[in-house]
Amino acid sequence: MSAIYALYDTGDAAQRAVNSLRNAGVADSAITVISDQPMEAYEFGEMNRATRIWYIASGGGLIGLVFAAWLTRMTELAWPLPTGNMPIVSWWPNLIVIFELTMLGAILATVATLLVAGELLRRRPALYDPQVSDGKILVGVDGPAIPDDVERALVAAGSPRIMRI
Amino acid sequence: MSDESARNITEDLLRPLQRTTWRFYVLVAFLGSIVAMGLGTWAYQMYMGFGMTGINNPVYWAFYITNFVFWIGISHAGTLISAILRLVNAGWRRPVTRCAEVITAFALMIGALFPIIHLGRPWLFFWLMPYPSSRLIWPNFRSPLVWDFFAISTYLTGSVLFLFLPMIPDFALIRDRSTGLRRRIYGALALGWRGTTKQWHRLESAMQIMAVAIIPVAVSVHTIVSFDFSMAPVPMWHSTMFGPYFVAGAIFSGIAGLIIAMAALRKFLHLEEYLHPVHFQNLGKLLLMMSLLWAYFVFAERLTVWYGNDTPEMNVFYVTQRGSFAPLYWTMVFCNFVLPFSILAIRKLRTITGCVIASFGVVVGMWLERFLIVVPSLSHKFLPYSWGHYQPRPVEIMIMTSTFAAMCLLYVLFSKFVPIISIWELKAGEHPSPALSPMAAHEHPLGETHA
Repeated sequence: MSAIYALYDTGDAAQRAVNSLRNAGVADSAITVISDQPMEAYEFGEMNRATRIWYIASGGGLIGLVFAAWLTRMTELAWPLPTGNMPIVSWWPNLIVIFELTMLGAILATVATLLVAGELLRRRPALYDPQVSDGKILVGVDGPAIPDDVERALVAAGSPRIMRI
Repeated sequence: MSDESARNITEDLLRPLQRTTWRFYVLVAFLGSIVAMGLGTWAYQMYMGFGMTGINNPVYWAFYITNFVFWIGISHAGTLISAILRLVNAGWRRPVTRCAEVITAFALMIGALFPIIHLGRPWLFFWLMPYPSSRLIWPNFRSPLVWDFFAISTYLTGSVLFLFLPMIPDFALIRDRSTGLRRRIYGALALGWRGTTKQWHRLESAMQIMAVAIIPVAVSVHTIVSFDFSMAPVPMWHSTMFGPYFVAGAIFSGIAGLIIAMAALRKFLHLEEYLHPVHFQNLGKLLLMMSLLWAYFVFAERLTVWYGNDTPEMNVFYVTQRGSFAPLYWTMVFCNFVLPFSILAIRKLRTITGCVIASFGVVVGMWLERFLIVVPSLSHKFLPYSWGHYQPRPVEIMIMTSTFAAMCLLYVLFSKFVPIISIWELKAGEHPSPALSPMAAHEHPLGETHA
């Protein structure tokens, strides 16, 4: 991998660096900003906000619901056992199992989506610097098309040192 | 937030992970020995048979099921409170949420252990799982015990994930500050977290969905635990109000457990900077509200039974009000209502010490409540010839004691290996974003709004 990045002390400086990269023609999707906390007070903190995780969670819940409805009905019909004067397929008690598996489906789909969409568990090396854990904010570009322009933009934002990988 | 403030937060909250005193080893050895005795007692019970317990006809559910319901109730503190506070974006939640979520995970594990202990032959516990036998017979999905399996499994899975997800950024922080084996372990737990804007947004969205999903699951779990009782035609069990009554009691005991845990963490890990009196005051107000709600439920239940004047139910009613269980019953009323109300309703007494005293009372009172639900009804069923009595044997008392030690041990070990307060959430809470946060004030030391 090739990347160019700089570390900044404050959110304001990081915002200047992002703006500077945009002025140099770098698209938002190519800019990487890494921090040790969510930076919601800054405009760059709003990048990459769009997500379909709510839809996927709902889909997971739907799969859980359909599976539970099938499972409860199938097991009751597989060995029809009269219980407490209830019908063989008893939807009132089945609703409890259906509810639990619906929620479980939604929860598991949410976590799976976080792992995939959040690019966790990736094996490929990624742009990162451990100094982020000390409060620095990393602004960089992964695989820049014109490295010199990126470097100039990061320096213009006030970073004393530019790192290349 | 200044660099110094961020550094202080990190240093303070990582201190327990980096420094180990002799007190830690003594505490772990002490609690570990009680847990070991409990495990030994359980093995003894398995070897000698279930006759070692006081459980016998007609009281087939006693200490173990009391503890099962009690621990499931305690587990309601964490995830439910945390999820509600997250959804309403209460700023004061930040130092509280992880302390609370940990209680849920461990209390659920301990609670789920009791039905297995109660089986007598625990190696056959997998019979509880919904899978077909060799003759393709499935467990009966119309049985409340099978509902328990689904409810507790879902809640445990959801609670563990709800606890784990916000820990990922903190694991990454520890990974970057560690070397050797510790770095590899925390690196694996951090799942490759970097802290990109995309990761923060996905984590935030995931936590919102988890919070939305976990609240109804938490309510359903204790409702389903109550169904174990209310679905049975046993005097004073077969009640439509058992679901909400159990849920309210669970949240009540859960908040009390959380206050005790937070006070212990504050004192022993020196977290006075982060767990402020205002956190205890707010939780104390919640505890007071739940105490009033508990009293309302008890009054509604007792009045309905008394007014109905059904002979089998009145037998149970009187044995708890003025019979052999009366001392336990009135102790329960004192601990769950008189004590917390007297302390928490008075602003001056709603201090950290006051909240802790009230919480200890509530924990004792709620354990007694579970006991008084289970035993008097079973020992006084419909026909007087079947009446009996129950007295716990040393085996049951030892196993129960060891679960309290196990809870403390798990909590101590957790706070040794994971920051007990979410570092990144605390930093984000102190981030200067005037549009979002009012200035810090005496009532709101973290400088954020109260929901």
